[in-house]
Parts: sequence; structure tokens; C-alpha cells
Amino acid sequence: MFDLTGMTALVTGASGGIGSAIARALAAQGARLAVSGSNVAKLEAFAADLGGDHVALPCDLSDPAAVDALVPQAVAALGRLDILVNNAGVTRDNIVMRMKDEEWDQVISVNLEAAFRLIRAAAKPMMKQRFGRVISITSVVGITGNPGQANYAASKAGLIGMSKSLAQELASRNITLNCVAPGFISSAMTDALPEAQKAALTTRIPAGKLGEGDDIAAGVVYLASREAGYVTGQTLHVNGGMAMI
Amino acid sequence: MSETAERVKKIVVEHLGVEAEKVTEDASFIDDLGADSLDIVELVMAFEEEFGVEIPDDAAEKIATVKDAISYIEANKG
Repeated sequence: MFDLTGMTALVTGASGGIGSAIARALAAQGARLAVSGSNVAKLEAFAADLGGDHVALPCDLSDPAAVDALVPQAVAALGRLDILVNNAGVTRDNIVMRMKDEEWDQVISVNLEAAFRLIRAAAKPMMKQRFGRVISITSVVGITGNPGQANYAASKAGLIGMSKSLAQELASRNITLNCVAPGFISSAMTDALPEAQKAALTTRIPAGKLGEGDDIAAGVVYLASREAGYVTGQTLHVNGGMAMI
Repeated sequence: MSETAERVKKIVVEHLGVEAEKVTEDASFIDDLGADSLDIVELVMAFEEEFGVEIPDDAAEKIATVKDAISYIEANKG
């Protein structure tokens, strides 16, 4: 089950913690990848480590022209595009009175607008081939909210509403759009937290521990598979039970 | 009937799965041939491929009937 042999995928933010787990899992299931990221050195090192005939496509997702070019580049490199994973995301946390225009704009442009542009571009080849899987990585805070993250939570909630709308637009063409919403996932960011804070965080999670990138990747593999063809417009919450929606 | 018209009609018949005799020049894609807005986008993509023309969005929006498509293609093909 969930064999992705013969399928191709574009993954944004692929050299990051969750992104690299997603890319490795898709590749392990047989998909050929175009991995994208803004840190060129890190991305190329990751692609080299991934091996196989995967390609690295560096892209600055805050640059609309670069974003619009990314899907055509992926299609040119891979021959077709079956799976798009909108994983890249940034945070610029601040309380509302202090939040600068740039902090708002940057988060919305990378997390939400770039995803829209990539889906718009991917819809064309996916419609033509009568098959497509779009998976956007949102966040539990897109549903619950989080103080200091008005911009981030808005962008993540935006991904969910956008995916539901496009799921309805494109369902007749065998294109599904779904989201995966991680809770607290172990990463460089959470590793840096003091132990006491980590422990306090963990008490809010019934599973009693932080999640791993692989927990998110498994959900993405499922939603990318042919077997998930009747699942669309959904958000899969992978959070150890910290929010049950 | 021009060669362009023949090829346009063939694409419409194949794509929308309608009977050839229904695809008259005055037929409206949406009202007469049961196309939805996604079908129109796909037809435009198919025309672009078949005739090697680029049909920009503002022109595509004006293509409502089979005749509209034929006229645009005849005026713009290389």
C-alpha cells in the first residue's frame, strides 16, 4: 500500500526538520522528487544525501516571480508533477501592537501566498493528467490560535480554507487537496527550549511527548497515495492528542 | 467548413463527449454543450496545444461559443 513508484513530487522547505522527513518518506515510497528550499548550500547537501535522481530547485518563496517559475521548473526536470507538498513556512512572532507590517507580510507571503501560487501553477498539469495530490502543512495553531502568532496562525488557517475551496474546484479532475496539521514537533526550535518549558509543554500533550518529523511524513505519504483518492478537503491533525478537532 | 473549424470541433467533441452534430458554430460551450468553467480552461489549453497559439486569460474569457474559438485561433495562429 501507499506505493508512490512512478510518481513525482515537489516539496518546499525540504531541507528543514519536517520537510526533510517528508522528502525522505516520499522517496522511500518510490517517488522521484524535486526538493526546494531557500538555503542553497543546505538544500544541495540534502539532495546529495538523498541520492537517487532527485533534483534540487532552490527558490525564495517571498519572491512571487521565483515562486511562479518553480512548478514549471519541476515539471521540466521531472516530466510530470503528481504531488505538491507546501511545507515551507516561516514565523515572525510578535504581540499585535508591536507586529510590523513586514512581519505580517513576510509570513503571509511565504506561508500562504506562495502556496496559492504553487497550487495555481500545479493545477494545470494536474488537470491535464487527471491526477494530483496537494498536501499543505498547516499547524494546530491555525485552528486553536496562539498568542504572539497572529500572522502565523492566520496564514495556517488560510491554508485550510484555501485547500477546502480548491478541493471543491478540482475534485472532478481527480485532484485532491488536504492539509496536515502538526502539533509540537521536535525540531531545532523546540530543542533550544529550556527543559522546564519543554516539560510544561509536554503536560498539554496526552501522548506525553513531542512528535517527530516522521509522524508528519507518514500522514503526507498517506494523503499523497493513490489509496487516499477519496479523501479531499480534510485536515489531518498529528499532535499526540493535544487538540482534538 | 475551414480546416481550423474542423479541428476545433474535433477537440470539443472529444473533450466534452458530446455528439458532433451538436457542435455547431453558434453553440455555447456552457449553455448548449454542458461545459463547466474547468472544461473551458481545459479546452483553451487543448486549443493552445493543437494550434501552437497562446490564448491569454482576457481573450479566453471572451470565448463563449465554438465560433468565438475558431475566430480567435484563425486570427492569431502563426
